[in-house]
Amino acid sequence: MRAKREPVDNVAALIDQLAGQLQDWLRSNHISEPVIIGIHTGGIWIAEHLRDKLKIAAPLGHLNIAFYRDDFSQIGMHPHVTPSKLPFEVDGQHIILVDDVLYTGRTIRAAMNEIFDFGRPASICLAVLIDRSGRELPIQAQAVGKTLKLKPEEHVKLSGPEPLALEITANA
Amino acid sequence: MTETDIQLDHKGRLKHFLTTEGLSRQLLTDILDTAASFAEVGGRAVKKVPLLRGKTVINLFFEASTRTRTTFELAAKRLSADVLNLNISTSSTSKGESLQDTLHTLEAMHCDMFIVRHASSGAAHFIAGQVAPGISVINGGDGRNAHPTQALLDMYTIREHKRDFPGLRVAIVGDVAHSRVARSQIHALKTLGVEDLRIVGPKTLIPADITALGVRVFYDLEAGIENADVITMLRLQRERMRSALLPSEHEYFACYGLTEKKLKSARKDVIVMHPGPINRGVEIDTHVADGPHSVILQQVTHGIAIRMAVMAMIMGAATESH
Repeated sequence: MRAKREPVDNVAALIDQLAGQLQDWLRSNHISEPVIIGIHTGGIWIAEHLRDKLKIAAPLGHLNIAFYRDDFSQIGMHPHVTPSKLPFEVDGQHIILVDDVLYTGRTIRAAMNEIFDFGRPASICLAVLIDRSGRELPIQAQAVGKTLKLKPEEHVKLSGPEPLALEITANA
Repeated sequence: MTETDIQLDHKGRLKHFLTTEGLSRQLLTDILDTAASFAEVGGRAVKKVPLLRGKTVINLFFEASTRTRTTFELAAKRLSADVLNLNISTSSTSKGESLQDTLHTLEAMHCDMFIVRHASSGAAHFIAGQVAPGISVINGGDGRNAHPTQALLDMYTIREHKRDFPGLRVAIVGDVAHSRVARSQIHALKTLGVEDLRIVGPKTLIPADITALGVRVFYDLEAGIENADVITMLRLQRERMRSALLPSEHEYFACYGLTEKKLKSARKDVIVMHPGPINRGVEIDTHVADGPHSVILQQVTHGIAIRMAVMAMIMGAATESH
């Protein structure tokens, strides 16, 4: 089986669009000092750019949900897990959670569980570069770079960090 | 099957953890790396990750222990497992129940893992051979044989301070003959690439055949720790006096007690380790135990991360193969 690959839009333009939506969101919710957390690894790359564009002062938070996955019993332990690092108080904070692709929603559920183990945030909003079809949980993003309707056998993958590129692969 | 064979599954992953002997450098490094990622959990508001939620771990201690049992218990709890502490010496065996009956009773409670501490060498291996296929065994110290999680937390501590193992000068000082910690350390240090490994102590407390493990033997403390990067002191078990292997604690301290003066023969940035509990004024002077070179309390903290790593790796492999 050969994988068919096709590139997707200009990632930089999608990030600009995300930043614009987030600015609107922050303004309408009267949030002046949010913190931003990226989910390892693609979410961290996107979050770095968003942090610059939104001029967020607090350092970037890194979240690695490996210890919170709901499929640990199926896939076992991965020996090289970059630890999560949230270099700010989580209590009472308005959090922008960033991932590259929103698919089943399980990663986001795990990420929210992990964030709550660090403290009780005031709010969490979700920003994703790609919102693709296939949701299995009631989770939706507040800011979306691009929405894609994909079949289960199709995958969208972000490579990076330099340059950032999106690619759809499908098992033909 | 030997200890080394029985502790790995068909894919070469940990099924039980009984000894450091015969484990590959890659596997030892994987355990250290996994522990490094768990270390951060101890600094959180909620010191817990849900990895082993719903699993049951039984601390099966046939011999007294404080730090090993409590750090295993904390490690399991930080992985969200349920933990049962059984002190067997004060339990069923005193009512005449056999070890096998005790094991089968515990298996009937649907537990997933035993942490075993026993005064007899080979006890953890024996139990690993007896338990039902779905259950894993971790050796928390058996007789004079092995104490693999202690050795790995020592390796973790060394790596934190010295980065890499080849090129290090490491001295293990004290009662090597009766020490399961020393044995497990020697295997781990050799596998991780330490070439200059020295054993220091009185003749009566050093096994005659120890050089076969690739170590050098010193009977003089200052010569043995000369230019050392790492010194690990072993606890002098007081019962050795009674068996007439040593004249007196006082005399032992005069010859082999680590003092600030003697420590000067080691490197300036030497770290001093001790598996605990320490006998101040017997194998180590109070000023050294509490001094700037001592990493004894860091070892305790690292013990939790190492034990989390070993449990998570074993349970990960076990659930996957079902």
